[in-house]
Amino acid sequence: MRKFLLFIPFVFFLVLGAVLYLQLGKDTQYMPSALIGKTLPEFTLVSLQDDQVYSKDDLPVGPYLINFWGTWCPACHVEHPFLMELASSGVPIIGVDYKDQQPPAKQWLEQKGNPYQVVLMDEIGNFGVDMGVTGAPETFVVDSSGVVVYRHQGVVNAVNWPNIKEYMK
Amino acid sequence: MMLVKGVFLNVVMLISLSAFAQEQMLFSSELNKTRYQSLVEELRCPKCQNQNLADSNSGIAVDLRELIHQLIEQGKTDQEIVDYMVARYGTFVLYRPQHSSATFLLWYGPFILLGIGILAFVAVLMSNRQRRGRAL
Repeated sequence: MRKFLLFIPFVFFLVLGAVLYLQLGKDTQYMPSALIGKTLPEFTLVSLQDDQVYSKDDLPVGPYLINFWGTWCPACHVEHPFLMELASSGVPIIGVDYKDQQPPAKQWLEQKGNPYQVVLMDEIGNFGVDMGVTGAPETFVVDSSGVVVYRHQGVVNAVNWPNIKEYMK
Repeated sequence: MMLVKGVFLNVVMLISLSAFAQEQMLFSSELNKTRYQSLVEELRCPKCQNQNLADSNSGIAVDLRELIHQLIEQGKTDQEIVDYMVARYGTFVLYRPQHSSATFLLWYGPFILLGIGILAFVAVLMSNRQRRGRAL
């Protein structure tokens, strides 16, 4: 019995080791979104190209992507060609021009092409805060029942797209 | 002397760094200013993760500080502002975690371990005393 007691620290060490080992290699920057499982927050935003007022009800029926971008954001330049690819393969993408201005944003889409069904202007970033965005690019997946099911921080590319695509239902 | 100078420089730089992250803001009362200070120190920056909102220079932290300033001036309570932030960024932004079943071990785990330690200590004492009693 006493000999068995001596093994308690060893067992404790094994359990702790296993727990810590399982945490290795996890993305430390990953932050769960508070919006997962909820519908989109209400908004009133003006579209970039035709100055129309959009609210939540004007968005298409899902599944679709909501992509936050801005001309000030270097990673968005990297991401843009892949969004073009997605758009041409029929993935609906709603763009949110985050903390940006209309003239450079319009110029960006004219020069590089427009992968978005509609681009909404969030100049101050209030819609971004309501969505829990911390920067750009960020991409949300909204499913067919209008619920946010996934959030991806950073560039969407050929490597992480298969995972994101799983949520497009 | 060089050491003193070095320490002095470091302190000055630290002070100016922390002052750098804060914008000039006007508050309608001293109380609001104090509430603002304690809120931005208690809320975590969602982008930089190991800094609070008061320390961070990231774009989102600047925006969130301005937002908290507005919410305070609109007459929202501290609890309402914290709830507002949690609804958008999750419990992640709280440097002081809520008491819930998920954070039970975080809050009470150390006390449980301390309890086990005390029990083990007492058990060892008792068995030692018994053994000594027998030896005498």
